[in-house]
Amino acid sequence: MSDQLTLSLNGICRSFGPVQVLHDVDIALHPGQVHALIGENGAGKSTTMKIMSGYLAPTTGELTLNGVPVSFMNSQDAEAQGVVLIHQEFNLADQLSVEQNIFLGHEKTRGLFLDKAAMQAETRALLKRLNCEVDPSARVQDIANADKQMVEIAKALSRNAKVLIMDEPTAVLTTREADVLFEQVEKLKADGVAILFTSHKLDEVKRISDQITILRDGHVVSQGPASDYDEDQMATAMVGRDVSSLYPMRAGEVGTTAALEVSGLTVPGFAEDVSFTLHKGEILGISGLIGSGRTEMIEGLVGLRSATGQVRLNGDDVRFKSPSQAQAAGLCYLTEDRKGRGLLLNKGMRENLTLQSLPDFTNWLIDHAAEEVALTKAIEEFDIRAPTRHVAVGNLSGGNQQKLLIAKIMLADPSIVVIDEPTRGIDIGTKQQIYEFIHALSAQGKSIIVISSEMQEVIGLADRVLVMRTGRIAGEVSGADMTEDKIVRLAMGLDAQKEETV
Amino acid sequence: MATAVKNTHTKNMLLDLKIMGPILALIVLVLVGAAMNGNFLSAGNISNVLSRSAFIGIIAVGMTFVITAGGLDLSVGSMAAFIAGLMILVMNGLLPTMGAGWPLVMVGLLTAIVAGTAAGFINGFLITTMRIDAFIVTLGTMGIYRSLVTWLADGGTLSLDFGMRAIIRPIYFDGILGISWPIIVFALVAIIGEVVMRRAAFGRHVAAVGSNDQVARYSSVNVNKVRMMTYVFLGVLVGIATIMYVPRLGSASSSTGVLWELEAIAAVIIGGTMLKGGFGRVWGTIIGVLILSLIGNILNLTDGVSPYLNGAVQGVIIILAVILQRDKKAEG
Ligand SMILES: Nc1ncnc2c1ncn2[C@@H]1O[C@H](COP(=O)(O)OP(=O)(O)OP(=O)(O)O)[C@@H](O)[C@H]1O
Ligand SMILES: [Mg+2]
Repeated sequence: MSDQLTLSLNGICRSFGPVQVLHDVDIALHPGQVHALIGENGAGKSTTMKIMSGYLAPTTGELTLNGVPVSFMNSQDAEAQGVVLIHQEFNLADQLSVEQNIFLGHEKTRGLFLDKAAMQAETRALLKRLNCEVDPSARVQDIANADKQMVEIAKALSRNAKVLIMDEPTAVLTTREADVLFEQVEKLKADGVAILFTSHKLDEVKRISDQITILRDGHVVSQGPASDYDEDQMATAMVGRDVSSLYPMRAGEVGTTAALEVSGLTVPGFAEDVSFTLHKGEILGISGLIGSGRTEMIEGLVGLRSATGQVRLNGDDVRFKSPSQAQAAGLCYLTEDRKGRGLLLNKGMRENLTLQSLPDFTNWLIDHAAEEVALTKAIEEFDIRAPTRHVAVGNLSGGNQQKLLIAKIMLADPSIVVIDEPTRGIDIGTKQQIYEFIHALSAQGKSIIVISSEMQEVIGLADRVLVMRTGRIAGEVSGADMTEDKIVRLAMGLDAQKEETV
Repeated sequence: MATAVKNTHTKNMLLDLKIMGPILALIVLVLVGAAMNGNFLSAGNISNVLSRSAFIGIIAVGMTFVITAGGLDLSVGSMAAFIAGLMILVMNGLLPTMGAGWPLVMVGLLTAIVAGTAAGFINGFLITTMRIDAFIVTLGTMGIYRSLVTWLADGGTLSLDFGMRAIIRPIYFDGILGISWPIIVFALVAIIGEVVMRRAAFGRHVAAVGSNDQVARYSSVNVNKVRMMTYVFLGVLVGIATIMYVPRLGSASSSTGVLWELEAIAAVIIGGTMLKGGFGRVWGTIIGVLILSLIGNILNLTDGVSPYLNGAVQGVIIILAVILQRDKKAEG
């Protein structure tokens, strides 16, 4: 059957310079099956996927399509043969509209002209199929991350993929949005599409995959039907140790002195009249749907956006006009957008690590030796796995970029730190390390705010959770009240009376 | 670790055409020049080439910072002309009260530095605080300064008083140990620029802002201040270059400093600084300046090719340099 494809990798190796990142990888993707490729950060998942879809060539080894050896010249070639990759990071033209992006390079024409009507109709149909309400003529730079992911998927659907490869498609989606995606995956599966995906959320892997391949340091360490694995087994095979207790127990008591008191904070257009108190040594979670103004509210707090309202830090009235003022007062914010706002992708790890705290390394001139020492320490402490010390940060695997970003903020030694999506794209073993790290910080008396779309994460980590909805605090839960159900209700605005009668 | 780092570094350097390219081009030019004319390597010629490079060179060091931070300044040539005119007017104007002498020269120097600082500040203010595109702002100020100097000179030439000329002549023509002042100042500016770019926090911030200003902002870097500083820094250097320039001819006119901005930008690009910002190197710029002035010098000294083709040869070199700069993007 020509409209069904089996894509296989046989004995694939790949090196970047002297560093070999894939060793003898064999994977077969069969029509109508969902195959999950899982592994730690830097294990080689993205590299494998890029080789499958023509973005990278293997150093040695062979690809076959329906048993026939192929070599894709480039990604267009692979797409023409029905193999489509959705990248880990968005690959959209920010300045173009949703519709233009979906048809980029495959524009429909009638005679010499673009057939705008046909493209618009198809875009609407595709987005409808994905339950995505974004306007086809909106510019991509103006839409939310989750919508961008849906546009990527719509783009792949429009290419009529027979083999669809998705690199961490759910990393930026909430559970609800991920569900919509999985419905589509089921449909594609029924149509005989072969699907490969990766995710660090092992519950998803368990839920939707038929076959599982586990990579560790570029080697396939385990492979088989999904029914053979439970989540713990997957995690153990990936990481090489037991990670069943993901969230550490709270060691000390939460302090009672207020570290940060916010009242009536308003960030025009995003957040209104937000008030809360953060105690010394406390871990405060902020939950809410994507677009509920969590990030913007905090950006207003640390001086990245203009805001009004009262902020007291350790009892003193403060008003931050810039992040450097906030940092000087001991308040730091770690962005959720590591590629666009967090790291200089074409610079090395050293420059990135010390950028935020350069004055500490400067005495007239920058002390390179001290920077190197700090880098060595950070690599150790945060388990950053880089092919060499000098790689451009853009060439690090996604999860290792995140670890570097955390190391960078911690180097500034804040007493209050706001971490936005701390473990987005991070493998389960490292997640555990980061959670332990956050707990250690709080044990030192530092206060931490964790913004996260992963409900389990806020619940497992935080002492108390604020839920935001359309720019306002919709409620607060703590102790035994911290359940997914309660948080979702608040986030969706299902009112309190109703809740009582349920 | 430190030695291992160094080893890979030097190894890369030998292999990397992007780093070696400008140096190789300079060596080739020197060899060609020496082969074509016996006088080329004479102390007199070398000193002459270096002194003339000094004006563009001093400005180009400042331009390296502006471009590395993701900016551009087209106004430097007209700015130099305007500052030269102003310097001459101030000195001529105060001559009756202060009399010819070094105090008056000092006032002239101060005028140049203050005017340069102010001009840089104006560019920086419009670009950062008013958020107007650097290309537009400096295109505008370029026209304004050029027109102002033409107006001040009433379409002709502003000439420094003859007595004063004799006093300030040594600033261009004298020196220590046979090295003229412009060369010394150029060398100092270059060394300080290189150290600041490579080793000071400011240089790091400049590269960060040019590489991704959002990342810089989120990393507590005061992006506007860094950008502003690059323009002010450049303005001061234009003032210094003008101080070196005025003693040479003792006059300024509407044709002073014409196309200096292009030469300075070209030198920066030839030297390997990225036009889109994010990466700059001052030593490369110095090599770029030397390459450009050697081309002119060789064409002047040899009979085969007309010196009128100077611009064409320079243009080819600039385009070649940019082709060499093309970079493979980070995959992933
Ligand atoms: N262009 C490149 N140059 C050098 N090294 C690279 C390049 N691309 C990837 N690598 C390295 O190859 C290894 C595997 O990277 P890859 O992106 O495939 O990991 P991954 O499994 O997708 O990890 P993550 O879960 O963090 O996304 C990493 O060590 C990475 O730094
Ligand atoms: Mg990856």
